[in-house]
Amino acid sequence: MGTSYTPPTNPDWWREPIERSELVWIVLAFSWCIFMFVWMIGWHFAGPQNMSNETYKTTPEAFAQKVDDMAAKYAIRKDDATGEDVVAPPPGSDVYLAAMQWQYRPILELKKGEKYRLHISSYDVGHGFSLLPENINFQVYPGYEQVTTITPNKTGTFAIACGEYCGGGGSIGHHSMLGRIYVKE
Amino acid sequence: MATTMSDFRVDPVSGLKIHRTANTLVKWNAFAAVVFLLVGGLFGLGVALTRMPSVQLLSPELFYLALTAHGLVNLAVWIIFFEMAALYFLGAHVLGNRLATPRFAWAQFWLMLVGAAMVAVAVLQGGSSVMMTSYPPLQAAPHFYLGLILFAVGALIGCFVFLGTLVVAKREKTYSGSLPLVVFGGVTATVIAVFTIVSGALILIPTFLWSVGLISHIDPMMYRVIWWGFGHSSQQINVATHITIWYLIASLVFGAKPMSEKVSRGAFLLYILFLQLGSAHHLLSDPGLTSTWKILNTSYMIYLAVLASMIHGLTVPGSIEVAQRRKGLDTGLFTWLRKAPWGNPVFSGMFLSLVGFGFIGGISGVVMSVEQINMVIHNTAYLPGHFHGTLVAGTTMAFMAVTYYLIPVVFQRKIVLAGMAKWQPYIFSLGAWVFSIALMGAGTLGVQRRHADITFAGQPLAYEYPEIAKGLMDIGEIFAVVMTVGAVMFIAVVLASIFTGERIPENSAPWPKVEDADVVAERTGKKHIGMWGMEAPGTFVLAMILFVTLVLYYFVNFKYLSTVWGLS
Repeated sequence: MGTSYTPPTNPDWWREPIERSELVWIVLAFSWCIFMFVWMIGWHFAGPQNMSNETYKTTPEAFAQKVDDMAAKYAIRKDDATGEDVVAPPPGSDVYLAAMQWQYRPILELKKGEKYRLHISSYDVGHGFSLLPENINFQVYPGYEQVTTITPNKTGTFAIACGEYCGGGGSIGHHSMLGRIYVKE
Repeated sequence: MATTMSDFRVDPVSGLKIHRTANTLVKWNAFAAVVFLLVGGLFGLGVALTRMPSVQLLSPELFYLALTAHGLVNLAVWIIFFEMAALYFLGAHVLGNRLATPRFAWAQFWLMLVGAAMVAVAVLQGGSSVMMTSYPPLQAAPHFYLGLILFAVGALIGCFVFLGTLVVAKREKTYSGSLPLVVFGGVTATVIAVFTIVSGALILIPTFLWSVGLISHIDPMMYRVIWWGFGHSSQQINVATHITIWYLIASLVFGAKPMSEKVSRGAFLLYILFLQLGSAHHLLSDPGLTSTWKILNTSYMIYLAVLASMIHGLTVPGSIEVAQRRKGLDTGLFTWLRKAPWGNPVFSGMFLSLVGFGFIGGISGVVMSVEQINMVIHNTAYLPGHFHGTLVAGTTMAFMAVTYYLIPVVFQRKIVLAGMAKWQPYIFSLGAWVFSIALMGAGTLGVQRRHADITFAGQPLAYEYPEIAKGLMDIGEIFAVVMTVGAVMFIAVVLASIFTGERIPENSAPWPKVEDADVVAERTGKKHIGMWGMEAPGTFVLAMILFVTLVLYYFVNFKYLSTVWGLS
């Protein structure tokens, strides 16, 4: 006897045994919980895709300086359509990518299979780094510079769309914010 | 305050002793909720028809406005108004108790209403299209934040009115022994709500001061960390509330009792202790937070809140199965389920909510909150896919189901348009389920959320999504229209019933009550039920299907993750 909306009929409900289907399920579910917890930690040691923990405080001005210095040093051409610098930094180097309303700059040209230290920050509001079609997505803030070591494993032309709403309502705005990365052999 | 008998009525439908003032407050909060559901739903329809690559109804400017309005109205206003109604119902109606401090309860109602109206005005004025998340440095008008603060303060008052009502019940001995399970669920929701609202106040008050120029800078990372203590935790209030409603409906429709008070309450306790850590889910792809912090929080400390949800997922249908078997439907694995009253929207809505929440919202939620997997899901269309699985297929469907019960009990009206009510849960769930799954698919293919135009039309660096991704967006949004039709059917039934439904007089004969399953079993001499030594073997099999789906989906996503660029 009893319902969920009346007090428990057995005042000593704490001592009632647990029914078998419940008990088996709890044991199974909890084992899976522990497995998932361990697996998530384990992927940090054994898996090749992990979030970087390296972040620095910065300012839009300081970060812009680094972006411009890199572009001046390693620019190889201007993009025809946008006039934006196409920059090919050497493998292993620090690469700076800036998010702003409403573009990513500069355009990068990287080599497949090489490591790069990719620094990302924003000049104005919060943005999202969304690499397509890989579908790798990070949050980007103004004032914070995140450093991720990336290793492109395919060649091709990759787009960077903005994953975080960043304003703008007309034909330009959050939905038109783009950048580009070329990966060559 | 002394109460007299005339302050109460004995409800012929439910047999509950109902405090009239409490009833009025349940009515007004539920009514406001339904009106806001309609408003938010219509904005949602605008969003859906714009997200459809082949339609693109709204201009980007209007799209972002509609998306901000849709998010706030449906995610906060509809749900929290309904939760206030649910809390007052649990504290007063269920316990045969009076509502503590009705004046404060009215303050709750009006503050929330004025707050919601202020936010609505701010959004409609056009200068506050900052999405419901309103991340600085994007800035909205000051009355946008002020409205949210008033709304939250109102909700906080409502929480304390509920807690006060429990004190009254204890002192005036309207029940004996432990609180009923559903009231315990209400307490769980309230504890989480207090934490949630305090987090909201902690961040929205400084943000309001920033919007009027009194504070110069709001750190964007600090904002996100604290804001999600509000934004995510508020969804945990929903979870606690709609699971409470599942338990309630199982008892109302089947005369079921909880399989084990200890297990169900223990699971609610795990929510209180660990569920709020889940706000880290939104911060997994953020700079500046360490992986240690992320892993501990995103997993709710070894997934203890996930464990709690998995427990409720078994015990609620399990209690129904046990009741049905005791009443004689003790053959085979699923006879109890096949012979359930599928034409009764109180039951069908609740069961669809359970399945939708578990299989769509639940599985996707567990997988996307893995720190590494989040990188290939964060901020894509997968997100709206996931949270329509939790919030629409789960919470909203459960709230709709219980509303079909509240109309005769609280509004004292018979349901009109009963045929429409019978079909409504199916149509609404069909829309919500397909929408969620299609958007999750599109998100897996990279489609970004909150984009007014996924074709990147006219952009020199444009990217073209795969045709299948665009197709999935079209399919998803078509079913968003189906979902809207389901919501409008619900609203039509509610409004038609409470305004034109036949009145149920107070002195009318009591309605037949569902028989207590144990009483039936005692009468028929039924002792042992189920098979394999389990009282709920059918539910166990259903739970195992969920389990296997979850495990497979988990590894499929890791496989997908392992093919992308190396990241460290």
